[in-house]
Amino acid sequence: MPERDAGPATGLPDRMPISLTINGEVRQLDVAPWTSLLDLLRLELGLTGTKKGCDHGQCGACTILLDGRRINACLTLAVMKDGARITTVEGLAAADGGLHPLQAAFVEHDAFQCGYCTPGQLCSAVGLLAEGRARSAEEIREHMSGNLCRCGAYPNIVAAIEQVMQ
Amino acid sequence: MNRFAYLRPTDIAEAVRAIAADPSARFIAGGTNLLDLMKYEVERPTRLIDITRLPGLDAVEETASGGLRIGALVPNADLAHDPRIAARYPLLASAILAGASPQLRNAASTGGNLLQRTRCYYFYDVGTPCNKRAPGAGCPAIDGVNRIHAILGTSTHCIATHPSDMCVALAALEAKVHVAGPNGERTIAIGDFHRLPEDRPDIDTTLAHDEIIVAVELPAEGFAGHCTYLKLRDRLSYAFALVSVAVGLAMDGDAIGRARIALGGVAHKPWRVPEAEALLQGRPPTEESYAAAADRLLAGARAYRDNGFKIELARRAITRGLAQAASGTPQSQTDKRIR
Ligand SMILES: Cc1cc2nc3c(=O)[nH]c(=O)nc-3n(C[C@H](O)[C@H](O)[C@H](O)COP(=O)(O)OP(=O)(O)OC[C@H]3O[C@@H](n4cnc5c(N)ncnc54)[C@H](O)[C@@H]3O)c2cc1C
Ligand code: SF4
Ligand code: FES
Ligand code: FES
Repeated sequence: MPERDAGPATGLPDRMPISLTINGEVRQLDVAPWTSLLDLLRLELGLTGTKKGCDHGQCGACTILLDGRRINACLTLAVMKDGARITTVEGLAAADGGLHPLQAAFVEHDAFQCGYCTPGQLCSAVGLLAEGRARSAEEIREHMSGNLCRCGAYPNIVAAIEQVMQ
Repeated sequence: MNRFAYLRPTDIAEAVRAIAADPSARFIAGGTNLLDLMKYEVERPTRLIDITRLPGLDAVEETASGGLRIGALVPNADLAHDPRIAARYPLLASAILAGASPQLRNAASTGGNLLQRTRCYYFYDVGTPCNKRAPGAGCPAIDGVNRIHAILGTSTHCIATHPSDMCVALAALEAKVHVAGPNGERTIAIGDFHRLPEDRPDIDTTLAHDEIIVAVELPAEGFAGHCTYLKLRDRLSYAFALVSVAVGLAMDGDAIGRARIALGGVAHKPWRVPEAEALLQGRPPTEESYAAAADRLLAGARAYRDNGFKIELARRAITRGLAQAASGTPQSQTDKRIR
């Protein structure tokens, strides 16, 4: 999207140095303060697995793990996360390429159609399992309610997560 | 999003000095409301003051009077799942879990939740006038699309609602908001924190521009045995309340001893009517008692073009909420069937 009226000059540097550990790799980066974590990942680092659905916290497609907790990457500034550990969908598989159990279960249960919501669903489900609060299918549904799927693959997503949870 | 200077103060005094120096500066905590509004250019701050690394704002602590003090940076998710909150203030835990999504609750802070702004569609659309964004511009909602708007406490200048679930529970619990400014600290009762729109809908709260929320304090009484948070909305999860009700009761044998009722989704602030609560004192927990309280709570409610349904919806929510609280069967936020 072209940048609109940039507003008054801030008199401060346009880029600030930060350090992020992304999928296990320490990266020294120079970021503009107004760059969202999502735009940093996708546009500047080429990690396009994380999707932009709404850019307003309303869909969950941008879900990533920040220090192990799931958040929406579209509603946070990269500069604020200086020093954090970030896991995106690209970082879920093992180093030898073996799928994460959730990824394997999504394939087994056909838990997607177009796949656009899938990276967010996977990261959100990793967060859900780490939280350890969902026990039944009904609770999985509630705890996954921050991830919309326009294709309506919900029953299979819930089944895939339920299988890994057991 | 506009450009801005980014500051990361290391103590509260420095943060307060920075905000006091610039009327267009904003604090940022979780960012889940402010960045959303900045992307729509509703907010165009010249400076963002990142308060997430300020020390001493991230704990939940016991108070001398038997309550809890919640730091302004405590994430909504951590607060809802804090064992002390879950056991002693289940009403608050339930209200938080009724709101937003797990991801948003992980990011959202206690202070930011209090200061989240209305979801009025005209407020969000800079292509339309709005008295809250631009005082004097007019309010297209009053004669426009207003299904989600207020039925109580409105003015001829604004009919927006406050969208928070957490704040509805805090109102019922009579929480206090501790703030710090250039002249030291002060405490604001939750009932005085949010404003009605009157002729200044651009001002949401009584917090001054140069003040920072440092903590929210819960008094000892949590109504843990008899409470409920009942939220009614267009879909079962991840949607703002059309109407919500927080109820806390202290039972006195078979009768209602004391009652607290706060409504969400119906006004510019969580809606409480002490006279309605007094009506329940000493009364049996019956439909008749609940109806009397509901009538008093909704006295003066006004229907605009699209939101008249909220009056009857609120009446039924109050009645059902009181029954749930009296019987000690709070609304589950996972199994949303209303029993
Ligand atoms: C899609 C979506 C759905 C949502 N659904 C719900 C819902 O159903 N129910 C609900 O209640 N909420 C809902 N929310 C709103 C959410 O709860 C708020 O966005 C969140 O609580 C704001 O907290 P924050 O820390 O992210 O605030 P920020 O965005 O960081 O800040 C919000 C405002 O508060 C100010 N501020 C923050 N902290 C302080 C402080 N300590 N002192 C002074 N000023 C401060 C900032 O300057 C800013 O003006 C939803 C949000 C989204 C995006
Ligand atoms: S209801 Fe309030 S926020 Fe909405 S358009 Fe009118 S003045 Fe603006
Ligand atoms: S892109 Fe972040 S929630 Fe939709
Ligand atoms: S698979 Fe298409 S949006 Fe979920």
